[in-house]
Amino acid sequence: MEGIPPDEVLVARLRSGEESAFALLLDSWSGGMLRLARSFVSTEESAAEVVQETWLAVIEGIDRFEGRSSLKTWIYRILTNQAKRRGVREHKVVPVSSIQTGSSAEGSLDDTGPTVDPARFRPAGDPYPGHWWEFPASWPTPEQGLLGGEARILLSQALVELPERQRAVIVLRDVEGYSSDEVCDLLEISQGNQRVLLHRARAFLRGKLEEYYKEAKP
Amino acid sequence: MTDLDCQEFVEQVTAFLEGGLDPAEEQRFVDHLALCDGCDRYLDQVRQTVHALRELPKEALSPENRQALLNIFRARH
Repeated sequence: MEGIPPDEVLVARLRSGEESAFALLLDSWSGGMLRLARSFVSTEESAAEVVQETWLAVIEGIDRFEGRSSLKTWIYRILTNQAKRRGVREHKVVPVSSIQTGSSAEGSLDDTGPTVDPARFRPAGDPYPGHWWEFPASWPTPEQGLLGGEARILLSQALVELPERQRAVIVLRDVEGYSSDEVCDLLEISQGNQRVLLHRARAFLRGKLEEYYKEAKP
Repeated sequence: MTDLDCQEFVEQVTAFLEGGLDPAEEQRFVDHLALCDGCDRYLDQVRQTVHALRELPKEALSPENRQALLNIFRARH
């Protein structure tokens, strides 16, 4: 990430108590950590506490960091461990959406099956099997305000509806801009798994935006 | 290899965007894209969704939490 020195330099500075180095990390990584923590716990407040606990553990533990992974990976592992533990304690349950029971809504919340409602495609036996009955409706162009405040709020809410693994992947990849290698490393998942989770999460969110624009249309 | 249909296309969108299709699969994908306005639009909407996610406001520590951590860090050294 921009402006962050290599791990050896960073770790040495942290160990020698250089406050500006710690402040740089807080400001660069906390945003992503908050969103990621939110995948595992019930509330924003809880996520903020997990991030706080994580940074405290970093302050306490930096002398023991051995450099077997990158510093960021090490910190994110602390974060996910703390967040998972708290998530279990809070009995966080992923909201059961009508989508799982097969309503007309687009997207699917589990990890298998089609990501677009099969009813939108022509069936076998049709002259054009597997083709759209009706093309997806067009969306407003960005000039017309694709990402108005309302759509932003909708996306933020839809992110919370995703199952934890899908949410963790799409937050890191698409919101925070991490590479697929970094995400696999941070979450300890395979490339294939990562791609499936990303695919499902993106399809679900596209479906949410589609519903939103359909309703918003006069 | 048979032509791709729309239902298959939508499930390959992420693999395509990630550069994860092999050359033959990618060719089928692009061939379908060239002929199908519905799938062209679908792919574009997935791209727009990704773009929209990147524009979500960044989260940050509250000033109080940030200050508290800096104080603790300072006190340790």
